Amino acid sequence: MNETQPKLLMLMYGIIAFFAVVGILLLVVDRAPKRGREKVQLVAFLAPALLLLAVGLLIPAIRTVILSFKGPFSDTWVGLDNYAWMFTNGDSRRILLNTAAWVVLVPTLATTVGLLYAIVIDKARGEAFAKALVFMPMAISLVGASIIWKFVYTVRPADDNQIGLANQLLVLVGLEPYRFLQDPPWNTLFLIVILIWIQAGFAMVILSAAIKAVSADVIEAARLDGVNAWQMFRNVTLPSIRPAVVVVMVTITITTLKAFDIVRTTTGGQFETGVVATALYDQAFVFGEVGKGSALAVLLFVLVLPIVVYQVGVLRSQREIR
Amino acid sequence: MTTAAAPVSSQSGAAVAPPAAVPMSGRVKKKLTSRFATVTAVVIAVLWTVPTAGLFISSFRPANDIRANGWWNFFTDPAVTLDNYSEVLFSTSAGSGQLAGYFLNSVVITVPTVLFALALAAFAAYAIAWIPFRGASWVFIGIFALQIVPLQMALVPLLRLFSEGVSIGETNIIPAPELIGAQRFATVWFAHVCFSLPIGIFLLHNFISELPGELMEAARMDGASHSRIFRQIVLPLIGPALASFAIFQFLWVWNDLLVALIFAGGNPQVAPLTVRLAELAGTRGEEFQRLTSGAFISIVVPVIIFLALQRYFVRGLLAGGLKG
Repeated sequence: MNETQPKLLMLMYGIIAFFAVVGILLLVVDRAPKRGREKVQLVAFLAPALLLLAVGLLIPAIRTVILSFKGPFSDTWVGLDNYAWMFTNGDSRRILLNTAAWVVLVPTLATTVGLLYAIVIDKARGEAFAKALVFMPMAISLVGASIIWKFVYTVRPADDNQIGLANQLLVLVGLEPYRFLQDPPWNTLFLIVILIWIQAGFAMVILSAAIKAVSADVIEAARLDGVNAWQMFRNVTLPSIRPAVVVVMVTITITTLKAFDIVRTTTGGQFETGVVATALYDQAFVFGEVGKGSALAVLLFVLVLPIVVYQVGVLRSQREIR
Repeated sequence: MTTAAAPVSSQSGAAVAPPAAVPMSGRVKKKLTSRFATVTAVVIAVLWTVPTAGLFISSFRPANDIRANGWWNFFTDPAVTLDNYSEVLFSTSAGSGQLAGYFLNSVVITVPTVLFALALAAFAAYAIAWIPFRGASWVFIGIFALQIVPLQMALVPLLRLFSEGVSIGETNIIPAPELIGAQRFATVWFAHVCFSLPIGIFLLHNFISELPGELMEAARMDGASHSRIFRQIVLPLIGPALASFAIFQFLWVWNDLLVALIFAGGNPQVAPLTVRLAELAGTRGEEFQRLTSGAFISIVVPVIIFLALQRYFVRGLLAGGLKG
């Protein structure tokens, strides 16, 4: 435990630095000279955040784009080689296909499950508790969730006791144990289940709030017209919550594109389960292929670019209305 | 709302049932849908809780039991032990988790990061909302866009910044910080704070910009500085928004693997719980006595905070955060 002391010291330094920075900024703003006071205050409030954004995100992102056209040691220009590798190499094509499967399946299925659950527990007894059950995985780290599911998927030889729930169920119905994590191509599907398990709670919370916001008059009118549950959902609820559904799908899509922790913790990207985010980490930080890693990062960026453009459009129209 | 009402009335026109049959079939149908609803709710709730319950129960079973049979045997053959926890937390043998130290690392990484992110984001959000300057709109839109940009775009150059400093051509203008041992926490803090500012500024701006303008105007008329307005008017009012961003930020940093892996690496003096657990899952993937108790140790803090402050968390989610 002789390692504890320097850590606690660092923690203390961190907290002291926090108070120092906040104190100095507020002091600068307070004591600003009358002339140009407005400017000084603006700079004191805004500059620290903008500086960090520039140093920590903006400039590095631009440098990553440049690195993606360079070789492994960033000293030679290789043109589009890194991108060509990405689309022609067998392994990396597998990775792109896997990523596509993640991005298609996770948002749609997590949203579907979340919506279904939000509807069936709406106004039910114990709704808050029922919500907390499904929402809880949101608080669990992806690493923790991966270990939970790795345990569920564990496989033992057929004549041993199964200790994983999934294989126990298979054995109970008379099937052979199955290697859920090791056998491609379906193992990717079983990893995708983990992220659906986590994201469904998010979808449920947002959509439940949207369902509750549907006007009571409209629902009452529909009920008086004698519509059944399905018609109510199809013609009343769904049209009203469509914007919320779009937000949920977009958010989960962004999260899914960058899914790294699950693959890394369960299979380490072996057994043909790699995705862009794990390949990026391996290339840039394990194999020392900085150019290829950067090209994969740029690919991630290009994939979310349409979302950025769309969201900025939405935001600008909102701000103009105000 | 009007668009939603239109299809309903046209629907009802088509679905005219014989008057006598309506109450009967209506009631049967209602029962069926409510039974379907109950079954669906129960099935989903079970699927969403049983995996965690299995992990939790296993973490208290003796290691030999975990190896011998599944956790459901606990109900017929209950045997409880805390050995897994004491072993994974405190045992000094190299193969065990030694998680106590990593737990502390997680705390040291998380606390200053949350504080700094909150303060800097709140300042910036206030400036964008209430200190008029040219281009405020564009700054806000730029920050919003950064929110969606994958942080993967920044990793390699940011790591190089820490290892090589800043050079123009061949001349090194800012040398690399020589960080040893626990000092390396600083790089993890820096990375986390940078990556969380876009969503933080966005969330807090949504809230701060909705504050009543008359309050600010009146205070400005009285000659109050922005610092005073921020401390005495804004800060007391944005408590809930600060709370929801603080929870976001806490969960994000505590649960993060990627940033920690790159900026703290496998360094046991700095690496958080997530890094160590991922490592154990890779190298000791079948030793579930360690994995289950270890995973539970990492889960318990965020789950408690989450349950206690769920209200604020949900409010934050509804305010629209797309963490990048």
